[in-house]
Formats: sequence, C-alpha cells, structure tokens
Amino acid sequence: MTQESAITPEMKAAIGVESEAYTNEVEKGAIIKFARAIGDTNPIYNDEEAARKSRYGGLVAPPTFFRSMRSGPMKVDVQSPYSANLDGGSEWEYYEPVRPGDRITVTTKISNIFERAGRLGNMMFIQRETKYVNQFGSTAAIQRTTGISYQPPDES
Amino acid sequence: MAEQIYFEDVEEGTEVATLRKDPTTQQLVMYAGASGDYYQIHYDLEFAKNNGLPDVILHGALKNAFLGQVMTDWIGDWGTLKKLSVQYRGMDVPGTPVFGKGVVKKKYQLDGENIVECEIWLEDHQGQRTTPGYAVAALPERPE
Repeated sequence: MTQESAITPEMKAAIGVESEAYTNEVEKGAIIKFARAIGDTNPIYNDEEAARKSRYGGLVAPPTFFRSMRSGPMKVDVQSPYSANLDGGSEWEYYEPVRPGDRITVTTKISNIFERAGRLGNMMFIQRETKYVNQFGSTAAIQRTTGISYQPPDES
Repeated sequence: MAEQIYFEDVEEGTEVATLRKDPTTQQLVMYAGASGDYYQIHYDLEFAKNNGLPDVILHGALKNAFLGQVMTDWIGDWGTLKKLSVQYRGMDVPGTPVFGKGVVKKKYQLDGENIVECEIWLEDHQGQRTTPGYAVAALPERPE
C-alpha cells in the first residue's frame, strides 16, 4: 500500500485519553419508551406490578438501554477525515442492572484507530471503550464499539 | 412468559429459541428518538443513497437490541446476561423480517455460576447472516 495514512499524529495521541464524565439520570418513561422502540414486551421493562414480583423487585432497563446515554465531551477531539459513518459493532460486559432513578456516569476513550481498504474505499476504524458507573460507584456495564468512516461516493 | 430454562436443560448444540422481528421505517424513527441516534441514514432515503447505501438501513444498535432480546427471552427471568457482542457485517433494511437465532457452544461452572456461551446471529429472510454475535449468560439450576 502506497496510500498515505489518514491517521494523523494528533489522532494517535488521543488514544487512551479519557473523556469528561457526564451523569445520566435514568427516567422510568425513557426505559419504557426504549423497550417499546426495540419492540421488547418483557414486563420487567414496562409493567411496574409484574416487575415488582420479579427477582429485580422493580423495573429494569433492557441490556442496550445504555445506548441512550451520553458521555462527557472528549478532552482531545478526534475527527475522521471522512464524513460518512457506519457502526461496526459492540461488545458489552454487564455487571449491574439499571433501574429508574439511577444516576449513571459515563466516560469514554478511544482504544484504537486503524485503516483498511474495503468495499467503500479506504475505511477508518475508531474503537472506543465506554464505561457506565452507577451512583454507588459500581460499574454497571462496559461497552466497546467500532466506528467505521469512509468517503461518501459523491464527494470523491 | 415462556417457562424458565435451567442449566440442566441445555447441552452444547442446544438451539436458542428463534426471535422474529419485523422492523419498519416507523420503528427506525422510534429507535432514533428513544436512543438519541439521529443519523439520517436510518430515516432519510435521499441521504442514505448519497452515502452509497441502497436504502435506509437498520441502526446497528437496534439489531444489537434484537440480539439482546434473543438472549433475555431465552434465559428467562432467572437467567443473567453477562456478555453480548455483535458485529454488523451486512446491512438490514426495513420492510423485511429478520430472525434472531443462536446455539449453545459451551456450558460450564465458574465461581459458583452456571455459565452458557452461545453463538448468536441475525439472519435476513434469505438466510444470510448479517449480524453475527456471541453471548455469555448464567442460568439457574433446576430446583430440587
């Protein structure tokens, strides 16, 4: 490959730098709305009475509800040179259930950046690790994501 | 709700119950609102086409949610999802069904927990696996 790398030294320097923290208040209505949007009718997400009889003793959030939360801003901002983005995938580790009223503090960091030629041309892969910590200081979940960016065809 | 599945009920090769989903453009808009992911490739056809896509496409994270439900439906109220990974290899479009499936790959006890590891995936109506994944869950033991 003779193509020049689109990964700048600034981007490399951003790897491992943790973002600012942001604390998300978990609202019951947001959990119910999320469960409805994904089409999951499990009563532990939307039926208070049934959820109280469950092992959790009340409503909990679906496993991917964390996707509705945001982290604080990056201390070092990384911009891919390509404007089109795709989500490559996620890896989750789950430790604690999330309930209405929880306050989940989210931080994220870039764990890796690499490039590869794909069917949409040169593609940049940015991997991030996001940590979700509840109000008791316990890690509720960790998510590792891979974001893919590429040059849209009409701009090349 | 389905009956609780127990650790004793599964073996390597046991199939995870199939979950059918029929995503629509309306569901993509609902998911955009509920998740806060307003990227236009999921609801603006013109925008999607200008990005080289054939149609608006399902949010990867919505497919992730489907695969989460595949596991939580199957492990039941007393099962605990511990890990879930998904890779978006192929795109899925609204208007056609997707099927969430899985198979048990490993079963063992660790630190007092009954662990099952499952290969899971979403396939489209033509049987193409667009979204492979893997899950680790703890199951309860059948009561005496």
